[in-house]
Amino acid sequence: MKFTLSWLKEHLDTDANIDEVVEAMTLAGLEVEEVENPAEKLAAFSIAKVKSAEKHPDADKLKVCQVETKDGMKQIVCGAPNARAGMTVAYAPLGAYIPGLDFSLDKKPRKIRGIESSGMMCSSKELEMGDDHDGIMDLDNALELGTPIADALDLSDPVIDFEVTPNRPDWLGVDNIARDLAATGLGDWITKTPAPVKGSFPCPINIEIDAPDACPVFAGRVIHGVKNGPSPEWLQTRLKAIGLRPISVLVDITNLISYDRARPLHFYDLSKLTGTVRARLGKGETFEALDDKEYKCSEEMCVIADDARVLGLGGVMGGTYSGCQKDTTDILIECAYFDPMRTRRTGRDTGIQSDAKYRFERGVDTGFVKGGIELATQMVLDLCGGEASDIIIAGEIPADPAPIEFDPALTERLTGLYMTDNEMMRILDTLGFSVSVTKSGWTVTVPSHRRDCTQGADLVEEIARIYGLHNMEAKSLPPVPGRREPLATALQNKQRAARRALANQGLFEAITWSFCSADHAKLFDGGSDDLLLDNPISSDLDCMRPSALIHLLLASQRSADKGYPGAALFEAGPTYQTPETDGQSPSIAGIRRIETQRHWQGNSQPDAFSAKADALAALAAMGAKVDTLQVGRPTGSYWHPGRSARLQMGPKNILADFGEIHPGVLKQLGIEGRVCAFEVWPDAVPAGRKKATKAKGALVISDLMPVHRDFAFIVSDDTPADKLIKAVKGADKVLISDVSLFDVYQGKGVEDGHKSLAIDVTLSPKLETLTDKDIEAVSAKIIAQAKKAGGELRG
Amino acid sequence: MSDLTALKTKYAEQIDSADSLQALDDVRVAALGKKGEVSLQMRTLGQMSPEEKKVMGPALNGLKNELADLVEARKSVLEADALNAALASETLDMSLPVDASVGSLHPVMQVMEEMAVIFADMGFAVAEGPDIEDDFHNFTALNFPPGHPARDMHDTFFLKPDADGNKMVLRTHTSPVQIRTMMSQKPPIRIIVPGRTYRCDSDQTHTPMFHQVEGLVIDKTTHMGHLKGCLMDFVSAFFETDVETRFRPHHFPFTEPSAEMDVRYERVGDEIRIGQGDNWMEILGCGMVHPNVLVNCGLDPDEYQGFAFGMGVDRLAMLKYGMPDLRDMFAADGRWLSHYGFSPLLQANLATGLS
Repeated sequence: MKFTLSWLKEHLDTDANIDEVVEAMTLAGLEVEEVENPAEKLAAFSIAKVKSAEKHPDADKLKVCQVETKDGMKQIVCGAPNARAGMTVAYAPLGAYIPGLDFSLDKKPRKIRGIESSGMMCSSKELEMGDDHDGIMDLDNALELGTPIADALDLSDPVIDFEVTPNRPDWLGVDNIARDLAATGLGDWITKTPAPVKGSFPCPINIEIDAPDACPVFAGRVIHGVKNGPSPEWLQTRLKAIGLRPISVLVDITNLISYDRARPLHFYDLSKLTGTVRARLGKGETFEALDDKEYKCSEEMCVIADDARVLGLGGVMGGTYSGCQKDTTDILIECAYFDPMRTRRTGRDTGIQSDAKYRFERGVDTGFVKGGIELATQMVLDLCGGEASDIIIAGEIPADPAPIEFDPALTERLTGLYMTDNEMMRILDTLGFSVSVTKSGWTVTVPSHRRDCTQGADLVEEIARIYGLHNMEAKSLPPVPGRREPLATALQNKQRAARRALANQGLFEAITWSFCSADHAKLFDGGSDDLLLDNPISSDLDCMRPSALIHLLLASQRSADKGYPGAALFEAGPTYQTPETDGQSPSIAGIRRIETQRHWQGNSQPDAFSAKADALAALAAMGAKVDTLQVGRPTGSYWHPGRSARLQMGPKNILADFGEIHPGVLKQLGIEGRVCAFEVWPDAVPAGRKKATKAKGALVISDLMPVHRDFAFIVSDDTPADKLIKAVKGADKVLISDVSLFDVYQGKGVEDGHKSLAIDVTLSPKLETLTDKDIEAVSAKIIAQAKKAGGELRG
Repeated sequence: MSDLTALKTKYAEQIDSADSLQALDDVRVAALGKKGEVSLQMRTLGQMSPEEKKVMGPALNGLKNELADLVEARKSVLEADALNAALASETLDMSLPVDASVGSLHPVMQVMEEMAVIFADMGFAVAEGPDIEDDFHNFTALNFPPGHPARDMHDTFFLKPDADGNKMVLRTHTSPVQIRTMMSQKPPIRIIVPGRTYRCDSDQTHTPMFHQVEGLVIDKTTHMGHLKGCLMDFVSAFFETDVETRFRPHHFPFTEPSAEMDVRYERVGDEIRIGQGDNWMEILGCGMVHPNVLVNCGLDPDEYQGFAFGMGVDRLAMLKYGMPDLRDMFAADGRWLSHYGFSPLLQANLATGLS
């Protein structure tokens, strides 16, 4: 919403300058977005007088002018056909920024076809004051040399643009802005109630309402004998200042009142009307609106129609057929009320944006139907002449908002602010509310333009807002009494630890979009229809992601394309399986591009086991017992069939998947080379058993030496090493404290299709030193267990 | 006795001149070995008279010990020489690089942890909720009536309609978690809700996904003065400097009265400094929880009251840590992550500092 300072001052008697107005608006909740001060923009320009204008010796269309300026006599070469001696012009000195051309003049004089030129004489377009670019501005000779252009042309009126929040449609009229500012003490609200204009003949048009829900009231009046034409200059200036194009005085009057009082009106050319004018719902007709487009009027839309045709979409836009023209002499004024919800839907369905729609969909003051038509009448009579009929009001003006039963103590309860009753009453009163004190509290009457206020808290807001939130005392939040439990959940703590473990592994934490392309989602076993976005921001972000790996992979390729091929990334973020509340799972996913890292101690490259190490680091940090996890087939189809696995506790509780990403998937994502990756599911990690105390239990250590024994077993190629190790560990759970694999061998001496696994078994005696016999016995058990797991002792 | 002196002199010289451990050992064997000269002498003790024995016994023992000590001393010298000789060839170029790659944590995650720490000190727990929400939790329960223009202010992402024509939304703010919390637990409530939020908007200052932290306090006495105090305490703690703030009225459907908080700032070159300066920058929205919202959650507004606030995490991260462009946050560029990321050894806390 834009308005000018001088416009405001028609409703607010104040000496405040622009800065004070902006400050008061800001602190009363009218958030100023921009103040445009034409005087500032035009500060460089001033009035100058052309003393002579001679043809340029080397150019037919150029003139060499001697110009008297505030900087003294200047020689200016000018291409304007209208430049002549004796002319009063707008002068731009060297270095000036020309807003209409968006460039600055050189700081030094410049030669044009060999003749030096110092400065410029401007057209109205160059100063963004009009469209005229045929010649330079030919200004009033009475203007004094050196006068700033803004003063000379009366352009020193600042324009304020501020945000109108949806609860305050009344701020779409300057008078209500003034009312709020008056309440803050900035001045006096001086808007006058429009005086009734007595009709001199009965309204010759019949008005009816067929759809009272859509249009409860329609006040109309005819004015005969008006003269349309361009608006007077003050009206044009006012509209232009806020970015509206003057059209004709009749149209301009409706626009002015729309911004002055937040009251949209419509004027019909009476000569185009046939029979009764009625507000009804559409019947599928089409009509051409004032934006020159054709619209179909559905049964959901409120239209204004006569017996012959649809005249307009009520509260949204009028039609070209019945609109006022230059030669219009008789008009019908419409001052109606249209239902906000229906107006909003019509606006959305037709795509029409108009000042009227913007106001009606937010709610127009029901208390200003009569006032609006009287104000419009008076302006038409003043500016266009003519004779007004009586007013007819079809339908009923909606009831005023309900009064609020208000306990004034609520103000202190909700804000901590103590105010006297009188102070609160004064604020409410200046805002247009009225208070009557009853035995049980206050009954506060709500003005018809403040339907946003329906309960006590709303009044507290008004009181606090005008008093000024910045004036309220701040108090630190009192501490919660008693002992505090940790405030983070177990899952949050797990994720926090896992993220740190992964960064310590050398991975960089990223955050990527929660959505991806549906094609990519399908590659990762997602992309179902119920997770597609209806209005994606782009087609490559149209589906909720099934895996956090997708964007990490894509990002790694972007980096590789820029010459950084070794991306190592992870992300802790959600994945989505269904749209239900429980269909979202936390995940921690990471990737390493398989790039050779050259090193003087020997080259290395990440592989599927790097991903396993990453996954285990994350799981260990989250408190999982990593040495008890089982290794199984990977869960998703996007893993390499032979170089990936999952880590689980039993077949149903999957803690992680890891390995190489399927090269076919990488190819479809456009990823060059290979990538190893992991996905960890933090909520699958079991919570640690809760104990009564934090004590760790006694440490039992033996003084006896541990004994190491090495074994090598031959197993078939497809036997997981893990299976053999677990079997060996189980051979004597008391004595065997560790089994570590130190060699995997295939080749000479080992039959094809088999491999040799060499393990180091640690025996930790607890009570007495092991004898050779003891060791032989446990060795036999180990060999027997290994055999059950498919292992033959290597001879 | 003079024999013994000669013996001592002879072997002491030999020990001293032994130039290797082997040569030294040869000398030791020659003197003190089973058939060594000193040992042989000691065997003669048995044939001596008691008087002779009395003199020669201690003398021979003394000689034996003396020579043994000399051998040991020489041995230490030779061993040290041998080690030094060996070490002279054991050299490494200690300037060779070692591999010490550590990754980093994302600044947005760091900032959310900082916020959790500051608010935990004021007794706030961290609550979470789903990103895909229904209309009730994201709008209706928060006092956005269906069809209300306030919904237009949120450029909402919708999922495709289900069989009944209902569309789920990607939450446009973290406020739905207020509703979930108030409907599932009894006051007193103090929570913050960090999380991903979504709006259908993309330009230099907007990304379709961003992060918010929501705060909610519900009890019987907390008022707007506490809201001011809580947020003023927070913002100075967060920026780790005294920050001058300004509260202005605003409008949000789910709070009444509603406000926005501005902070003072100044621009120094390309850098924005929060705390002091001539300009105000809006950093968050807040207000007293709207009575309609309390009623929607089954709480009696005559009994319970409290405040809520919401702020953009990404923007606060940018302001505090000087990241110039929002869009880089989610691009996963390793160079950016390395430059703006945080050490995994850092745990924001009030005892040792936030960062």
